[in-house]
Order: sequence, then structure tokens, then C-alpha cells
Amino acid sequence: MTEQAPNQIRDAIAQAIGENPVILFMKGTPEQPMCGFSARTVAALQAVGAPFAAVDILPDPRIRQELSALSQWPTIPQLFVNGEFVGGCDIVTEMYETGELAEALGAEPAKAKPVEEPAVGARPMGIENRLS
Amino acid sequence: MPTADDVKARIEARIPGATADVQSPDNVHFSARVVAEAFSGLSRIQQHRLVYAAFEGELGGEIHALQLKTETP
Repeated sequence: MTEQAPNQIRDAIAQAIGENPVILFMKGTPEQPMCGFSARTVAALQAVGAPFAAVDILPDPRIRQELSALSQWPTIPQLFVNGEFVGGCDIVTEMYETGELAEALGAEPAKAKPVEEPAVGARPMGIENRLS
Repeated sequence: MPTADDVKARIEARIPGATADVQSPDNVHFSARVVAEAFSGLSRIQQHRLVYAAFEGELGGEIHALQLKTETP
């Protein structure tokens, strides 16, 4: 049996969340985000200066499916801190702007410089999510 | 494809007393500011979940993205 059952994927996700104090599930990688919202969330985390783990959900649609089932959150990106779901792009951006993100990550509050707002219509590059 | 007005109507129907200001340049990406008394006492995550509940299964699909800002009156 080489095919991973969905619950094994869910276990692997839960394990990754448990093992990494700060972990971001995103489309693409921090170096090459494949969606404007993932890019904006990475930018907020990098501005705060806290190290974080990142998981690209694009290679296997089941990752997205199982992640959303676990977090009860429909969209990507998703940030977890100390095993707790913190939010998606909008919440992380808002927390960055209020200084709560730095606080949650135990970093010094960054100089309040606004994260660049992508135009609402900016099309994420590349692969779009095909799961309903 | 849903329009900004559709999305606004869905949110306001789902959350009694809510006022939603919704914009969309392409009927795929949406941006909404939702003000509702129902949000008081809830965390941001809970507030956003309340709005997402109006679009079960459609977020990430027909509605590619819904940028959300939630507030209490």
C-alpha cells in the first residue's frame, strides 16, 4: 500500500502543527508564493522577523481538504502558532498592523509599516484550488 | 457567477442585523466589510467563520477569495 489514506494525511498535518511552533500552510513557498494572499501573509511574518515553517498545499489536493477539515477554515493560507489556529490572510494582516502578531510570535513589535495591499482583483498566479 | 450584490445578500441573510459592504472587480474575488452586532464577544476567527458559513463549499471554488473585515457597530 503506497497510497496514503486521508486520515494519514490528516495525522501528518496534525503532527506538523504540533512539532512547529509557527507553521504556515500556503500556496507555493515563502520564496515563491503562488497566490497573493499567501504572499501577503508571508510578508507579514517576515516583517515580524519570527522564524516559521511553511507547507505548500498545492502538490496534493488532499492536503487542503484535510487541513480545512481539521481547522474548520475554508481558505488558504492558514497560520498556526503553538498548535493553535490563528487565522488566514486577513486576520494575520490585521494582527500585524495592531502589533498582536509580534506579540503572538514572541517577537519585538515591528515598526508599524503597512503590508502592501494587493488589489482585490489581482489574480493569484498559477494553480487555482479546484476543491469545492 | 455570484455578483457583489449576491454576496452581500447572502451575508446579510445569514447574519441577522448585519450590514455588508461588498466589492468585486470580477465576480470571483470579493472584498467585504461586515458590521454586525452578532460579532460582539467573538474572536476574529469566530467572526470570520460566521461569515464563511454563508458560503459553505463555495469559498475557494466559485468564490475564489473573500477578503474579510469584520466589525461590531
